[in-house]
Amino acid sequence: MISRRVLLRNGGMALLSLGFAPAFVARTAAAGATRRKLLITIFQRGAADGLNIVVPFAERDYYAARPTIAIAPPTRTAGADGAALDLDGFFGLHPRLAPLLPMWQQRSLAIVHACGSHDPTRSHFDAQDYMESGTPGVKSTTDGWLNRVLRAERRADDSPSSPSSTPFRAVALGAQLPRTLQGTAPALAMTDVNRFGLRGGAGTQASFEAEYAAAADRVLQRTGQDAFDAMRQLDAAAPGRYQPANGAIYPRSAYGQALKQIAQLAKADVGLEIAFAESGQWDHHANEGAANGQLGNRLDDFAQGIAALVTDLGSRMQDVVILTMSEFGRAVAENGNRGTDHGHANAMFIVGGPVKGGRVYGRWPGLAPAQRHEGRDLAVTTDFRDVFGEVAVRHLGVKDVRAVFPGYAVSASRFPGFLS
Amino acid sequence: MLSSPFRAAAAPVAVALILLSPATSLPQAAPASLDDATIVHVLDRTGFGARAEDVAHLREIGLERYLDEQLHPERLSDAEVRARLAGFETLALDSSAIAERYYAPLLRERRATKKAATDDPSAPDAKSSDAATATMDPAERARLRELRDTGRVVMDELGQQKILRAVYSPRQLEEVLVDFWFNHFNVFAGKGPVRGYLTEYERDAIRPHVLGRFRDLLGAVAKSPAMLFYLDNWQSVDPKAAEEMSRRLDSVGTAGGLRGRAGRRRIGQRTGARATPEAIAQIQQRMPRGLNENYARELMELHTLGVAGGYTQADVVEVAKAFTGWTIRGPRQGGGYAFEERRHAKGPKTVLGTTIDAGGERDGEAVLDLLAAHPSTATFIATKLTRRFVADEPPPALVKRAAATFTSSRGDLRAVVRTILTSPEFLGADARRAKVKTPFEFTVSALRATRAEISSAAAVVQQVRTLGMPLYFAQPPTGYADTAEAWVNTGALVNRMNFAVDLTANRVSGVHVDLAALAGTTDVDRAKAWMTAHLLRSQASESTASTLARGTDLASLAALSLGSPEFQRR
Repeated sequence: MISRRVLLRNGGMALLSLGFAPAFVARTAAAGATRRKLLITIFQRGAADGLNIVVPFAERDYYAARPTIAIAPPTRTAGADGAALDLDGFFGLHPRLAPLLPMWQQRSLAIVHACGSHDPTRSHFDAQDYMESGTPGVKSTTDGWLNRVLRAERRADDSPSSPSSTPFRAVALGAQLPRTLQGTAPALAMTDVNRFGLRGGAGTQASFEAEYAAAADRVLQRTGQDAFDAMRQLDAAAPGRYQPANGAIYPRSAYGQALKQIAQLAKADVGLEIAFAESGQWDHHANEGAANGQLGNRLDDFAQGIAALVTDLGSRMQDVVILTMSEFGRAVAENGNRGTDHGHANAMFIVGGPVKGGRVYGRWPGLAPAQRHEGRDLAVTTDFRDVFGEVAVRHLGVKDVRAVFPGYAVSASRFPGFLS
Repeated sequence: MLSSPFRAAAAPVAVALILLSPATSLPQAAPASLDDATIVHVLDRTGFGARAEDVAHLREIGLERYLDEQLHPERLSDAEVRARLAGFETLALDSSAIAERYYAPLLRERRATKKAATDDPSAPDAKSSDAATATMDPAERARLRELRDTGRVVMDELGQQKILRAVYSPRQLEEVLVDFWFNHFNVFAGKGPVRGYLTEYERDAIRPHVLGRFRDLLGAVAKSPAMLFYLDNWQSVDPKAAEEMSRRLDSVGTAGGLRGRAGRRRIGQRTGARATPEAIAQIQQRMPRGLNENYARELMELHTLGVAGGYTQADVVEVAKAFTGWTIRGPRQGGGYAFEERRHAKGPKTVLGTTIDAGGERDGEAVLDLLAAHPSTATFIATKLTRRFVADEPPPALVKRAAATFTSSRGDLRAVVRTILTSPEFLGADARRAKVKTPFEFTVSALRATRAEISSAAAVVQQVRTLGMPLYFAQPPTGYADTAEAWVNTGALVNRMNFAVDLTANRVSGVHVDLAALAGTTDVDRAKAWMTAHLLRSQASESTASTLARGTDLASLAALSLGSPEFQRR
């Protein structure tokens, strides 16, 4: 294997290669070949129903509150249709999350339940904004928590050799750069890794690059330059037709294909550290369904995507953490349309080699009416920033995590403890 | 000839122009003539991009008459657009016709296939329609495919219609406002039967009211099957009434004699199956059981007051009660709005401190009256309109004035838009090129700038989707964002540049551009000058201008113009 050097954005390489990258461009991992840690975040937009996803089947109140859409408790008969998959005698997984069960059994899947934001908003828009900015209740924050992670100082043994390195440090697979990654640190948004290039010939490309390099509009200028750097590097990495490893089969949904491309980028060694994908349509106000139905279908996609990703990444998973989140959960009781209204606390999944899995973390507050938030929702007992903070510190090596969550006294003493 | 609002605006504008372009001569003191930069700015904001003839037209009739024209679009002929849309049959149909002709056949076929599989004891999995499809013979599968294609026609025509109107309609401001208000009252075509209701929704609930009264627009949307289904209100019922209905079904199921038999026969007719106890239980299962808060919340958060507009969770519940009974009769058959008294929660409701007890359907109307007249609504609407027309950060003073117009005119949207478009903030220097074009705006402006001839807009619709803005398919009720951050990212820029390259190389299927005719020359140097002047409105930065100066052929010159940073802004 040729030794590789990480491509410097504003160095001589950039001047040399106007247009297509020369074939001999070489890439190097950090001196000493430190393996790069990767965080893959998945946002379930629409407020996924955590109580039907990680089912508290030992709670009588769960069944009392959801006469038609509750998931049946685990049964001893294997493969009983529609019953929860037992996790620890108290919680069970929605049956369509079966692809994740092996990870639980192998202790690479951890769950934090009753987790979320203490802010009482039930607006999707605001709650997503708060979770992505990492500053609940504050609307004036201009950047996202992951962008601040990118800018944060890291512990020496965890950090790549040079901070201002590859344009692929943070990539969102989607048409828009999510709030989470907005900020002064560069992040890429793309819908198709394999078509991330300019048509029109080398001359036109060079001319476009010159236009954007000197654009008066700073945002367009910076974004344009990032785009050209990324195209050059992707060219050099020559991803070609990607074949997932180990027989992994990704769902054909946009979400599934996004995860596939994250794996592709991870394996292309372009310096990927933070990846973002989203899964939509979790807002089940009506006809949510129990084991089968709308929620079940979304969970199929959700679980099969993660399972494929883990299978595909194979041994690389020892450096990878997958973190899932949703802006809030859904009400304890079902509503008049066999669905659920907006709620409060939710469940997060953390998957990866470094994860101390096979456990549901966090303090379970109970579902009795007196224990519910505002008498109707699952109460929050773990602030989402404690989960994000643990990932930032223990996986990505961030030194001062308080800079990542301004206004919050993040402290390791409050980390749930799912990472070693 | 400028009347007083413009004389007031002309002074700061004149100063700004002097600062911006020292080469321009000083405008004259009294009725100053509009300079090209202002003309282009106005055209780019009130429409989807200035063409040479639009510039000439505005220069000739002046700003005030131009705004009058656009604010009274019925005075402008849309014959050309109508001719282009003549082949789209679905555009004139009502929702039940659309459902019957384009969606019902597929549904019937699917149900028949599933039923056949269910009836066949040897079928592998009766519940799965995929399994049923797998056991089909090729003729049946081909028929299914054909029916599915038929189903796609409706949204295909709707998307093309939106592009064609934006590119070719002289009623540019109306098109901008239809885009704005559809997005404000967003519905998602991907949810169930909503796609069969959108043609009617945009045509009958949105378009007629964009320059009318806000309360009328609000009411039309509230009663539209598209919104009723998308935000679930059609299923929201008074919990007590739901219980009563369920009990009545029970008694019909078990009642003896004539009454029982008549009742069961009615149910049988309605469901197309025998009213056995199991069938009745199934009906009870599927009946709505109570309140659905979805519409009530978004009505206040997104349609009227805004998230900080001062409503509480309690208000959401009360508003939901007021709208119980506002439903759709036969949503899967494209049925229309109906008020069902039986579903309605009776009694007074307290909303924002006001007691509402109008009774029946009028409860909901009273809520709409209350919300439309609320000061938070005036501010919220004024803010969003100002953001669309002026800048991502709407100038607070202008928002205040526009809100005041909203209130004093009792929601006259034409008046509010006029306030914004005649304001010094709108015409001033800070507003120039302040907005980044959304994918829709970018694509349409490129087509207008190149005088593209569109024989089929299908590829254009796909292009806008590739840029991240699938038309009619914005999933959340918030619709698409109207700020730069949403649209400026690496992937999007690459795609925009690629579209510029494809369009000017005539590689966009169904679209043809003739650059030589456009520039009036085949000579590259003269074309450069033309493109700098017209595609880039003489606002090219030095670097873009010098890049263009190095161009060697018309297509790449045009591509570099349309893909330039300057062209991404309006």
